[in-house]
Amino acid sequence: MTHVTPERLQEMQAEYAARISEPNIRHLFICGGTGCHATGSLKVKDALHEEIAKHGLEDRVRVVETGCNGFCALGPLMVVHPDNVFYQKMTREDVAEIVSEHLVNNAPIERLMYKDPQSKKRVPLFSDIPFFALQKPWTLRNKGIINPESIEDYIGREGYMGLSKALLQMQPAEIIDEMKKAGIRGRGGAGFPTGMKWSFAAQNDSDIKYVLCNADEGDPGAFMDRSILEADPHAVLEGMTIAARAINATEGYIYCRSEYPLAIKRVQIAIDQAREMGLLGENILGTDFSFDIFIYQGAGAFVCGEETALMRSIEGKRGMPIPRPPFPAAQGLWKKPTILNNVETLANVAQIMVNGGEWYSSVGTENSKGTKVFALSGDVNNIGLVEVPMGTSLRSIVYDIGGGIPKKRKLKAVQLGGPSGGCIPEDHMDVVVDYEEIAKVGAIMGSGGVIVMDDKTCMVDMARFFLEFIQEESCGKCTPCREGTRRQLEILERICEGHGKPEDITLIEELSEMITSSALCGLGQTASNPVLSVLRHFREEFEAHIFEKKCPAKRCPALVDFKVINERCKKCGKCASVCPVGAVEWKKKEVAKINTDICVQCMSCYSACPFDAID
Amino acid sequence: MSCCSDEISQDMWKEVDGVIERHRETPGALITVLREAQNIVGWFPQALIEYIAKGMNIPASDVFGVVSFYSLFSLKPKGRNSIKVCTGTACYVKGAREVIGRISGEFGIAEGETTEDRRFDLEGVRCVGACGLAPAMVVDGDVHGDVTADSVLKILEKYS
Repeated sequence: MTHVTPERLQEMQAEYAARISEPNIRHLFICGGTGCHATGSLKVKDALHEEIAKHGLEDRVRVVETGCNGFCALGPLMVVHPDNVFYQKMTREDVAEIVSEHLVNNAPIERLMYKDPQSKKRVPLFSDIPFFALQKPWTLRNKGIINPESIEDYIGREGYMGLSKALLQMQPAEIIDEMKKAGIRGRGGAGFPTGMKWSFAAQNDSDIKYVLCNADEGDPGAFMDRSILEADPHAVLEGMTIAARAINATEGYIYCRSEYPLAIKRVQIAIDQAREMGLLGENILGTDFSFDIFIYQGAGAFVCGEETALMRSIEGKRGMPIPRPPFPAAQGLWKKPTILNNVETLANVAQIMVNGGEWYSSVGTENSKGTKVFALSGDVNNIGLVEVPMGTSLRSIVYDIGGGIPKKRKLKAVQLGGPSGGCIPEDHMDVVVDYEEIAKVGAIMGSGGVIVMDDKTCMVDMARFFLEFIQEESCGKCTPCREGTRRQLEILERICEGHGKPEDITLIEELSEMITSSALCGLGQTASNPVLSVLRHFREEFEAHIFEKKCPAKRCPALVDFKVINERCKKCGKCASVCPVGAVEWKKKEVAKINTDICVQCMSCYSACPFDAID
Repeated sequence: MSCCSDEISQDMWKEVDGVIERHRETPGALITVLREAQNIVGWFPQALIEYIAKGMNIPASDVFGVVSFYSLFSLKPKGRNSIKVCTGTACYVKGAREVIGRISGEFGIAEGETTEDRRFDLEGVRCVGACGLAPAMVVDGDVHGDVTADSVLKILEKYS
């Protein structure tokens, strides 16, 4: 393939527009993200091809496997274009009907459409589904639309126009100015202004400079970066190349978790395609600017998401942080000036070049501009990927987009920011998405994991969960993190096991202060946030565990004794049928009774009882 | 070519040689070499660590340091099938602990252990990014979603 010119990019855009709006042609956008692959979308895709061939529709129907569509819990899913119809949870067996009824007879199939969790009604049109309608897809503008393995599709949707503009019409300093005007801040979590980060690296003279992309998405409950890499890999490559031009770098690395094989595969395909078209490598777009990108696979260490640790890992060493300064902008990878940006940040860069910084900063709050992608999961009806303007309230994300809490349970808290963040309780749900506002209620914006927890969640157990995570992932280099978090975990474990002491809360607080002020890197400095946020908002739960030896949410087995509330029991026997150890005594037409000597506190009966008669 | 290790066949040594050859000149390639070597041998017997150290011209203590640092690398032989239960927050909230408990009970292994017949490894792993399918479990690379303590044993029947 020959190298493309800016003119050719324009032509390809027009060709794509013609292709996608061709009359009498249907496009079936079937999701090929990790989630949908797991639920069988590839089988559905094969079946679609077979059925379409059977009906002789090959000329009139095109099947496009897209990247992650975002509505992961409903997979395998598909959008029929231009009909604007969304199908969910499709199986191989549904395919014959989809083809004969919808594609041949123009009668969409209602039973496969989205069902609103509140009204229980089917929603016929894709664009009417609140989950999608309320989002603002900027970063995710290509998700569910393009084939991520086709550079033609990406170029068709304004792809590489940002790079073309940055290389041919702008000076490096102008690129940085535009980023500053956009006001975009690092989406990895800390929120450092991206334009400023680039300007530091640009000021440092060196024959070699590096642009790194942090795709070591390690926060439990976060999968935005994986979805972006799977759905729109070229957007990240284009962003990196523009960044390289801005700071005059020659080489780039994408540091990606090895747990994301599909993302790695698609990024590699994208790199090969971009090189072949002269959009990466020597003399990009015919200019004298050269830059190339390589993938570096991580090997499973959470701390490698920290910038200095990530660079040590690329150098082939143990991924341990080093003290700053010197900052990476002066001495980063191999001691050369380096910038490290998160996947989501980089995916925004090309559009900022195309539309200008002012366009980007027109959305958002005073100090947090643009949009933010969240991975919504946990106890919420609509699980998936969500992109909203900065300034949207958490309540709106959980209820309007997320569809509320399943099984009519009550919202207890939302966890934001993973092991560096905190739990925000229900009465603070009106806080808006904004770096500073979220910090005020004791959490952090973080990389974007939003985990919704209902009233069955024990907050002390959650604090223990995050400390266990941190303890396991602490690299061990500095004592406050290595030893301090271990002592905190021991205290929380004994509280959950019913051996909590009255002085434990003070002890946790003292340790937190010490670790926060003296740990070497961000991992340790923020490690106490989850437990502190639980102490701040759910202190009474801590106290119940310590003083009353009770777990109000009934999650800590050692602190729970199950018994049947006789007045509520309807004698149905469900509890007896699910008990794995035969601890429930029940006879027909008699109230059940739990033998606490045999009971292993597995909670099976508690969850199975339809009448809340077990307490 | 090295000898003296029961775990590593002559063919494996040959493949490891190829890996070292390809990456010897690249700075920082140790982790890549280790990943590819583990794909061939399955784990890191001491002989393999020493062999790679020599081939890459890096002290064996440094190679061991890297192997023991990253969770991807194993210093113990693995089972035929690897069960990885995601213990990310979303999976945890939705019952990953109960899933692990059921597997442990059935096969008599704790997290990080291998069954005596080497049929299964059980691992609780960091978030696999499939939170939409929580609780998620990955067996030999196949992702299974919405796994419950009741359904997990049925899923595992397929793997022998």
